Amino acid sequence: MSVLDVRDLTIALPRGSDRKQAAARVCFSVERGEIVCLVGESGSGKSVIAQGVMGLLPKGLPVTGGTILLEGEDITHASQRRLRELRCTRMSMVFQEPMTALNPVMSCGGQLDEVLREHTRLSPAERRRKILDIVREVRLPDPQRMVESYPHQLSGGQRQRIMIAMALVLEPALLIADEPTTALDVTTQAQILKLIQDLQARHGTGVLFITHDFGVVAEIAHRVAVLRLGELVEFGARDEVLKHPRHDYTRMLIGSVPTLKPHARPAEAGAPVVLATRGLSKTYRDRSWFAKRREVAAAVDVTLEVRKGQTLGIVGESGSGKSTVARCIVRLIDPSGGEVLLGGEDIATLSAGRLRPLRRRVQIVFQDPYRSLNPRRTVLEAVIEGPLNYGVTRAAAVERARKLMQLVRMDPESLNRYPHQFSGGQRQRICIARALAMEPELLIADEAVSALDVSVQAQVLALLEEIRGRLRLAMLFITHDLRVAAQVCDHVAVMSQGRVVEYGPAAQVFGAPRHAYTRALFEAAPGRDFAFGAS
Amino acid sequence: MDLQTLSVESANIARRESAWQRLHRNWSVRVGGSALLLMIVVAGAAPLLGTVDPSLFDAASRDLRPGQAGEIMTLDGELLRHEFVMGSDSFGRDIYSRVIYGTRVSLLVGIATALLALAFGIVLGLCSGYLRWLDGPLMRVMDGLMAIPAILLAIALVALWRASVLTVVLAIAITEIPRVTRLVRSLVLSIREEPYVEAAISLGSPTWKIMFGHILPNCVAPLLVQGTYICASAILVEAILSFLGVGLPPDIPTWGNIMAEGRVQFMAYPHNLFFPGVFLAVTVLAVNILGDGLRDTLDPKMAKRV
Repeated sequence: MSVLDVRDLTIALPRGSDRKQAAARVCFSVERGEIVCLVGESGSGKSVIAQGVMGLLPKGLPVTGGTILLEGEDITHASQRRLRELRCTRMSMVFQEPMTALNPVMSCGGQLDEVLREHTRLSPAERRRKILDIVREVRLPDPQRMVESYPHQLSGGQRQRIMIAMALVLEPALLIADEPTTALDVTTQAQILKLIQDLQARHGTGVLFITHDFGVVAEIAHRVAVLRLGELVEFGARDEVLKHPRHDYTRMLIGSVPTLKPHARPAEAGAPVVLATRGLSKTYRDRSWFAKRREVAAAVDVTLEVRKGQTLGIVGESGSGKSTVARCIVRLIDPSGGEVLLGGEDIATLSAGRLRPLRRRVQIVFQDPYRSLNPRRTVLEAVIEGPLNYGVTRAAAVERARKLMQLVRMDPESLNRYPHQFSGGQRQRICIARALAMEPELLIADEAVSALDVSVQAQVLALLEEIRGRLRLAMLFITHDLRVAAQVCDHVAVMSQGRVVEYGPAAQVFGAPRHAYTRALFEAAPGRDFAFGAS
Repeated sequence: MDLQTLSVESANIARRESAWQRLHRNWSVRVGGSALLLMIVVAGAAPLLGTVDPSLFDAASRDLRPGQAGEIMTLDGELLRHEFVMGSDSFGRDIYSRVIYGTRVSLLVGIATALLALAFGIVLGLCSGYLRWLDGPLMRVMDGLMAIPAILLAIALVALWRASVLTVVLAIAITEIPRVTRLVRSLVLSIREEPYVEAAISLGSPTWKIMFGHILPNCVAPLLVQGTYICASAILVEAILSFLGVGLPPDIPTWGNIMAEGRVQFMAYPHNLFFPGVFLAVTVLAVNILGDGLRDTLDPKMAKRV
């Protein structure tokens, strides 16, 4: 008997949505001791299916057909009471964002205790012992202290471990993990994946693992279900699906995943340096009258070089200072030390007035396409704003905007529309057009493709590549994703805790990493043994 | 197959109703809006609604009950037969005419105060939120203003100047400015961190353009809502000031003045208080309902917070 058997599951969407059903006749099963990955891009309905199984669907999304069997019991239309009994005891869920999934005003132990109080008749001493056992089992250091801590005192990875402990403390038959590692750094992600794998194997739990990341799939899945717009397009064993995908969509998705092998494009040797930093530092100081002064060094002694027509990648985990460096170079924040040399001129300490004419030469594209464009201004206004600031006439600026829209593969007619009418990938193209309208020498992409689905990411990466080549732009590419870095970078700087720990040609850094941290980073990259994007 | 055709992203764009459509569908906006519109029409068409000059009085028609007929002398010395729909006060003035003309004053005070408070609050809030060096000094002044009870401050200000519509509007607006400033400042503080503002900085846009072109348009929805609340509260405060005898001069017909005048004889002639009271309540309620509706449709985040 399967742990979970989903047959012809259909979940309706409210009227006026872009399609009729969030999930349409979806069939799959999870066996005991098996990890099934549900993969899909945003809007594919993967989270809705998980919520459907847990009985957590909002009223607007009713199950209109099919059955959900949990260990043979039909729970499709089970009562709230029955579902409450089942949750945690026979099925549990781990969410993407552990900070919001945990109650911030209750200690971690208290929250674990609540689960036990609700579902068992154990004495306080037994509960206490069980809590310490499970905390030890999810490999948290110093369980005694962990149990007494509050969620904000823990790191993201530790919080996710507490979530997993909470989900598994009653040994459920089914664990649903909804993007549990997406908010985590790659090294933490590797540890959490390992943990889920170990626990699942030891307890024989069936796991339904929801993810958008094929690297993760390659790492942990036994079987894979691929969703596209609410329809299951492919379901099969991992190697079968990843190596011999039958559906075009699966093939396209897998083909869009960048490989970890650096590209082989030779970098031009004598190209002029567009931008260089010398000993760039940024220290944040807590200015307070009463409290003790706190200092945080976000970037320490960063020395880099970007040459014309080449791409320098800055790779690092969150908090490594890579965005700080970018923001110092654009002078969105003021560096606290060192030089930023733009074409030989130090702009690190220039006054706002002296800096203005130079701003044109360095442009930046941000991570979040939904917040990078002013919702109250049309695309045209966004794209021509920069040129107008530098004295280009309106007619000439509009003409330039129309040309740029074609360059970024968008219909020039879309200039008159508002940002909310575009998808994330389209908005990112608009942001690129806006940056290019300034005719910059250096384009900084600060995690510019991180928020995009993998197929869209591939398109935007290809676009950036083409633009760099055609306009011979210098590019500074900031990313946490080693695969993306391998695709676009000529040189790579690896940052950790504000410092550049390794810096060199991409082939050398990827091929023979010297620093221990770089090696750890590569070790942690999910699905590193799997050749993606080969097709 | 081609990447572009297989990629599902374009299918995910949410279709959104325009703000106007949402407003039109909202029950509160409709009810509050039409009630307010009615009041504005009444105020505008006051002379056409069977009223007499609200300052006319006739000793022969004192303290008439609602619906009684009586006579009233015009300024030309002509004697008019007039039905006192809402009765008359102790000077023999027609309450109906005074209430209807009072609508003008109340709406004028409400709307003018809201506009004035918003105008100053927006400028001060933008400066305080965006120009960090101004923040400390400005907000301390605002804190100081907020520390004085609003009504007390308004009374003091009106007492300081000569009482007129302008001074009353100014006095009430000054008490509201700190609240608007705080609201705008908090909005600016979050909007200034948005990537589109940083993009504008790197596009070389001058500071004033960023403040008024990028940040301000994104504050409009909550400000519109705040404006209606200020309007409602200004109408009330004006009535309170007049009732206390520190607002507009008693010869100007305002709801507060009518009620102040009728207070003495309240037990014997309750209509003196009842009719202006009803108008005041209905107007303030209409403005508040409209504000709630605006908040629900334009600013769902705020609706959850409040």
